[in-house]
Amino acid sequence: MTTPDVTTLTPVPAADDAARLARFEAHVAAEEKVEARAWMPEAYRRTLIRQISQHAHSEIVGMLPEGNWITRAPTLRRKAVLMAKVQDEAGHGLYLYSAAETLGVSRAELIDQLLAGTAKYSSIFNYPTPTWADIGAIGWLVDGAAIMNQVALCRCSYGPYARAMVRICREESFHQRQGFEIMLTLSRGAAAQRAMAQDALNRWWWPSLMMFGPSDRDSVHSAQSMRWKIKRVSNDDLRQKFVDATVPQAQFLGLTVPDPDLRLDDATGHYHFGELPWHEFHEVLKGNGPCNRERLAARRAAHDEGAWVRAAALAYSRKQQARQSRAS
Amino acid sequence: MSTTPHDWALYEVFVRARAGLDHKHVGSLHAADPQMALQHARDTYTRRQEGVSIWVVRSDQISASDPSDADALFSPADDKVYRHPTFYTIPEGVEGL
Repeated sequence: MTTPDVTTLTPVPAADDAARLARFEAHVAAEEKVEARAWMPEAYRRTLIRQISQHAHSEIVGMLPEGNWITRAPTLRRKAVLMAKVQDEAGHGLYLYSAAETLGVSRAELIDQLLAGTAKYSSIFNYPTPTWADIGAIGWLVDGAAIMNQVALCRCSYGPYARAMVRICREESFHQRQGFEIMLTLSRGAAAQRAMAQDALNRWWWPSLMMFGPSDRDSVHSAQSMRWKIKRVSNDDLRQKFVDATVPQAQFLGLTVPDPDLRLDDATGHYHFGELPWHEFHEVLKGNGPCNRERLAARRAAHDEGAWVRAAALAYSRKQQARQSRAS
Repeated sequence: MSTTPHDWALYEVFVRARAGLDHKHVGSLHAADPQMALQHARDTYTRRQEGVSIWVVRSDQISASDPSDADALFSPADDKVYRHPTFYTIPEGVEGL
């Protein structure tokens, strides 16, 4: 047989893909951005959809621990600030879903994955907020860690994601400051307030360090993501940067970081810190954290209870359209 | 990928930061109708005095060039450097050009 059959023809598109992949990699290596609808390897698209949607879900679920304190904020000023912050988190979720949608996935699909429990979000939001000091600790530590991570992502190779990060970073610096301000007020207050601040630091310190993800030794996706510039700085490097920035702030507050191994290494200028409780990290990731079930239940309830609003808005819009087309 | 009938449509949002500047694309959002899209755009993209005017347009109403046509569309301009003032040599001492 000399007539080529379908199977012998398949190497042609493959070779084509190889050439496109080479062009794509050269483009990314030259620090050029990738924009929506441009050709990209399927694995690049999938990785971005996973990462951006997890990030979006984290913003949305992240409203819950703080929302817990809106009605109980100690002053009107604190309440206005907290509402503005929670509203920002909702906005950040929307920017990120919008960036994910440029990759050809729908927001409804992503939200379905979150509600079905098949998508991940940052484990930090599975911890409870029993005291007002937790709102301080979240702003100072959790937003502080998030900013550290997001500043690096402003240089991500995917344009729509990088632009969302720039906007988010600009808005989030107030989040960290308001948290630090709460901690400062408490740490300069009565003994019970100082104790409350210390207790919050004790509970949020290690989970905040875990926000940077597994150690570089165990990180599954890191190498490829660094090569494609989806990720710009390694987990361990960001974690170290966060510890170096945060320990002096804790000292200023007169609070003790709950790590007996913490010490400044004079030779490197970096803080040496103890081993993270990785067992806890994996348990929370698996769904066994203190609030995993509660968070998802709250999201599902909000989605279900809002269904009639979404339907009514659509019905109204159709009615208006029908009325307009009759009139014309 | 597909928009089910239960989904609100996707809109692209453009914001004019202040009078004198062009409207600039800032992102997208979902809304049931254009009026709601404007209200959502206000809440989502202008929480910090980012704008004085908003445009929204349904994303499926935008015609865009195909990224794979970029070479064919834009490379013809590459060898026409004479369209830039720096192409021309002006002798020392000539002013006002």
